Amino acid sequence: MATATADFDVQKNDSLGLRLQHLLHANPILGPLAVLLVAIIAFSIVNGRFFTATNLSLVLQQVTVIATLALGQTLIILTAGIDLSAGAIAVFSSILMATFCVDVGVPGVIALLLGFACGTAMGAINGFLVTRIKLPPFIVTLGTLTIFFSLNAVVSNSETVRGSDMPSIMTWTGQSIPIGNFRLTYGSIIMLLLFGFFFYALSRTAWGKHVYATGDDAEAARLAGIRTNRVLFSVYTVAGLLYAIGGWILIGRLASASPNVGVEYNLDSITAVVLGGTSLFGGRGAVIGTLIGALIVGVFRNGLQLGGVEVVWQGFAIGLLVLIAVSLDQWIRKVKT
Amino acid sequence: MSSETDVNPASPRHAADQTPVLQAKGLVKKYGRVVAIDGSDLELYPGEILAVIGDNGAGKSSLIKALSGALVPDSGEIFLDGQRVQFRTPMDARSAGIETVYQTLAVAPGLDIADNLFLGREQRRPGPLGSVFRMLDRAHMRSEAKRHMSELGVATLQNIGQAVESLSGGQRQAVAVARSAAFGSKVVILDEPTAALGVKEGNRVLQLIRDVRDRGLPVILISHNMPHVFEIADRIHIQRLGRRATVITPRSHSMSEAVAIMTGAAEPPPHTA
Repeated sequence: MATATADFDVQKNDSLGLRLQHLLHANPILGPLAVLLVAIIAFSIVNGRFFTATNLSLVLQQVTVIATLALGQTLIILTAGIDLSAGAIAVFSSILMATFCVDVGVPGVIALLLGFACGTAMGAINGFLVTRIKLPPFIVTLGTLTIFFSLNAVVSNSETVRGSDMPSIMTWTGQSIPIGNFRLTYGSIIMLLLFGFFFYALSRTAWGKHVYATGDDAEAARLAGIRTNRVLFSVYTVAGLLYAIGGWILIGRLASASPNVGVEYNLDSITAVVLGGTSLFGGRGAVIGTLIGALIVGVFRNGLQLGGVEVVWQGFAIGLLVLIAVSLDQWIRKVKT
Repeated sequence: MSSETDVNPASPRHAADQTPVLQAKGLVKKYGRVVAIDGSDLELYPGEILAVIGDNGAGKSSLIKALSGALVPDSGEIFLDGQRVQFRTPMDARSAGIETVYQTLAVAPGLDIADNLFLGREQRRPGPLGSVFRMLDRAHMRSEAKRHMSELGVATLQNIGQAVESLSGGQRQAVAVARSAAFGSKVVILDEPTAALGVKEGNRVLQLIRDVRDRGLPVILISHNMPHVFEIADRIHIQRLGRRATVITPRSHSMSEAVAIMTGAAEPPPHTA
C-alpha cells in the first residue's frame, strides 16, 4: 500500500514540508489532481460560463487530441526518452489517411488502417534509430520531426483536404453523443478507452513493469534479464500507432486534414506528461497523471480565454506551470536519501 | 593439486574428488592489446563458498562476467556439472541456473520488492486472464516474494509492496541476494555484496550468504574485504595478472599472506585447497 511506504520513514516531528514531500513521493498523482481541482474551482468562480456542460464538453474536445498524443509520449518518457516528433507523426498520418481515401480512392476503412500502419512505421523508425543506431531520443526525434513535417508538405501539396470530401469514417471521431448539454465525442471515447488500456498494460502486465524498469535503470534492467532494446522499440512503435490514432481524432475535430496544424502539438504533448507528474528522468509516472495533465492544459487555456486573458499570456501561464511541475518533480525525487 | 592435510576435516563442504559444479578452463579475454584474463581457471565445488580475491586489474570482474554470460571469452571452456556450456548473454547463464548479483545492484528502484524479485520472469494469472489479457498474478508473486524473503531470514521488511528505493543499502542487497537464491538452481555469484554497506548491514548480508550456501547452493563471492572473505569463505581463489595464482583456505593462510600473494609480494604457494 502506498500509504505504508510514506509511513516508512516519516517521523512525527517531521516538518510539514517533509511530510508533503513524502506524501507526493508516495502518491505522485495528488499534485496534478490538486492543481486541476483548484483551477476548475477558480475559473468557475471567476466566470459563471466556465462550469457549464456545454463549456466542459468543449474543454474535453479540445484536449482529446493532445491527450492521445501525450499517452504515447508518456510511454516514451517513462523509458527516460523523449519524442519531439509526436505531433508531426499525428499530422502526417492524418494527411496520409486523407490522401489515401481522397486522392488514391481506397475505401475509408482501408485508408484509415493504412494511416495507422504508416504512423506505426514512423514510430518504429524512431525506435530503430534509438535502439540499433544508439542515438539519443532527443536527436532522433528532432531529425524525424523535421523529416515528417517536410514529407507532410510534399504529400499534401500544402493543401487542406475537407472532411466533407472524405468517407464518413474519417470524420466519425468528431461526432458526438449528447448527454444532456454535454456532448461526448467518439474521439474522446476512443481516447479514454486508450487510457484505460494503457493503464492496465503498464500496471498489470510484465511489459509495463519492464517499461518502468528500463526507464528507472536500463543497465540494471538488462542485467535482470530484460531485453531493454526490445522494450524501447515496442514503446516507440506503439507510440507511433497512438499518434496515428490521434491524427484520426484530429480529422474529426477539425473536420479536415490540414498540413498546417499541429506544430504546437509536439511540445504540448510533453507539457501534458510533465504536468501529470511523470518524471522526465524516466521510471516514474502514470498515464492517469497524463490525462490530468492534458486536462490542466485544456482547463487553463479555456478558463483564461473565458476570463478575457489574451492568447499570448495563456502560453505564459502554461509555461510557468511546466517549470513549477518540473521543479516539484526534482524536489520530490530528493526524498530518497 | 591438493594436499589432504590442508582440507579441514570438520568442513565436509569440499572434497577435491567431487565434480565441480562450475569449472572454467583457460579462459582468455582481450580488449585490443589489453589482456583482461589470460588463461584463467576456476573450480567451484558443491556446497561451498568460494571467494575470489585479487588486486585491481587482476581480472576478477572479467572472469566473473565470463561465468555469468555478461562477457563472451575469446577462448577457453566453461563446464557446468561437467557439461560444456557456452553463454552468449546473461540470460543464457540464468536459464542454466547461474544467478549473479552485480555490484551495481541490478534492482529497479522505483518498483516494489515483489516486482523486483520477479523482474524479468513475471508470472501471469492462470487461464485466459493470463494468456489473453497478460494479467500478472500479483497476489501469487507477492506471497512467493514474502516466502523467499522470510526463508532467508530477512524479517525487517514489513511490506513486500514497498518501493526498493525506500530501503537501506543492506535491505536492497538482501532483495538482490534473495532473488538470486530464489531462482538460482546451480550457482549464485555475488560481486562485492558488502562493499557499500555499514558494519551491521554487512554482517547481515554475510549471514544471508551463509544461508544461501546452507540451502545447498554453492556461492562465488568476489570481495575486496579481507575480513569478510576470511570469515565466510570455504576456499579462496587468488587471481593475479589475469590468471589464478593459487587457491588457499582461511585455515591454511593468514590474511596478510593472502594479500602478499595477491599483490605479488610473496610467491604463490601450490594450491592448498
